[in-house]
Amino acid sequence: MSISLSDVKRIASLSRIAVSDAEAEATRAQLSGIFSLIEEMQAVDTAGIAPMSHAQEIVLRMRSDTVTEADQHEAFQKGAPQVEAALYLVPKVIE
Amino acid sequence: MQWEVVIGLEVHAQLSTESKIFSGASTAFGAAPNAQACAVDIALPGVLPVLNRGAVERAIKFGLAVGAKVARRSVFSRKNYFYPDLPKGYQISQFDLPVVLGGEISILVDGAEKKVRLTRAHLEEDAGKSLHEDFHGMTGIDLNRAGTPLLEIVSEPDMSSPLEAVAYAKELHSLVRYLDICDGNMQEGSFRCDANVSVRRPGAPLGTRREIKNLNSFRFLQQAIEYEIQWQIDTLENGGKIQQATVLFDSDKGETRAMRSKEEAHDYRYFPDPDLLPLEISEAWIEEVGKTLPELPQAKRSRYVSDFGLSAYDAGVLTSSKELAAYFEEVVSIYSDPKVCANWVMGEVNGWLNKAGIEIARCPISSRALAGLLNRIGDGTISGKIAKEVFEAMWNGEGEADAIIEAKGLKQISDSGALEKIVDEIISNNPSQVADYRAGRDKLFAFFVGQAMKATKGQANPAQLSEILKQKLAG
Repeated sequence: MSISLSDVKRIASLSRIAVSDAEAEATRAQLSGIFSLIEEMQAVDTAGIAPMSHAQEIVLRMRSDTVTEADQHEAFQKGAPQVEAALYLVPKVIE
Repeated sequence: MQWEVVIGLEVHAQLSTESKIFSGASTAFGAAPNAQACAVDIALPGVLPVLNRGAVERAIKFGLAVGAKVARRSVFSRKNYFYPDLPKGYQISQFDLPVVLGGEISILVDGAEKKVRLTRAHLEEDAGKSLHEDFHGMTGIDLNRAGTPLLEIVSEPDMSSPLEAVAYAKELHSLVRYLDICDGNMQEGSFRCDANVSVRRPGAPLGTRREIKNLNSFRFLQQAIEYEIQWQIDTLENGGKIQQATVLFDSDKGETRAMRSKEEAHDYRYFPDPDLLPLEISEAWIEEVGKTLPELPQAKRSRYVSDFGLSAYDAGVLTSSKELAAYFEEVVSIYSDPKVCANWVMGEVNGWLNKAGIEIARCPISSRALAGLLNRIGDGTISGKIAKEVFEAMWNGEGEADAIIEAKGLKQISDSGALEKIVDEIISNNPSQVADYRAGRDKLFAFFVGQAMKATKGQANPAQLSEILKQKLAG
């Protein structure tokens, strides 16, 4: 399957990535390569094979329900661009 | 023309664990901003989630209580979307292999029982909170809630009226509190409902649904669904079409408003979270959890009807919360007339609680104290009417029933000599009424009772008084 330039631009827009026309063409070629690999994999007959949810055949380890973490927000917030009243500040988003 | 309403609910119940679902940070409500957001919750590079056994245990408990299948193997997936209160850029949830499958909830609407089937219940983490006010045009992010364990409980579209939806939500709310897996505090967001609503002509295929998000009270749930149904019917009857959409309920205006349509809907790109292995639940663990199940509301209701001889309605009211049921049972264990106990708990106790806007847990009159009061009615020390006066004094912290009766001199007058004297006086003071009564105006009997009660400040033993009056008036 080959994808079109407009597909690339749509995906870029959905991913919130700014892509120039030249980059879009290069990306189109790369993505087409990836899609042909996927096509190859999709040709494999997987009927009767349970979907794999993890690469290893082991199961989840759990922890007991106890509080082990102390308040470290001051240390964490040293790396934040903007903080006020212990809140992380981000550009306004209202859905 | 007739329309049929189809409603399904998704409920997010916050699980009552001490720590978060994938980290050891506390889940306590009301902490200072970000004080309970650890490295895992804020998604610092390199951190890994470790599942909280307590969250899984609560999910198993729920599954067993609703007669569902607890999956021996379930899988955590990533639900991807961008929002600043979701630091990882994805929410860890469950998708095609949830921990609880099927089950059902019985509801009682207008005296008729109805079963609502459950589709599934799955474990997931909550997101943080965005505060949009007062930050000079910026949004403040508090990640304390990020990573709090949720059980999302999804029903089949089995409800056909707003009342059924509310009955289902209330039943579920009562159940999670009985199971002690969720505190059910709706103001704090521990129990939130999303309602999927559609309408159709009878027999027609399902109509297009709209989903009302984040309803945090039973009243809003009912109002939002009522408004939405009317809106959909009006739209269709005016020749319009319903677009699948997510809507919000504006409780001030009492209306629903579209938030996003299907075209703009998110593609969440679910895939199994490579950081988490499949969750396996052993038969032994399920059995162990099964042993900890308390008596559930439905079983309690039937027991109240069969053992205590209460009506289905009374049983429903008394079992509406675990705490109220426990209070009632404590009263019954001391004063063994269940009907009298039920009337007092549902009448005075509930009435005063509602008036004060408090829960049974904070009731100023203990179950033992109430039983003490009932004992005094039972042994004839006070009448039911005086008992209400004593109850009010007890509510206001004036002490136990006996002390109040003593201090206020409310003891019923059961001394027949004293009563006879009072009756004699009334008869001699009201000759014309006595004559009329003796001439056949039976209704005047109430007048004499009234006079006697007035003379004794309501403290005459009613049965004894009536006896003496009858004798004396007969002449």
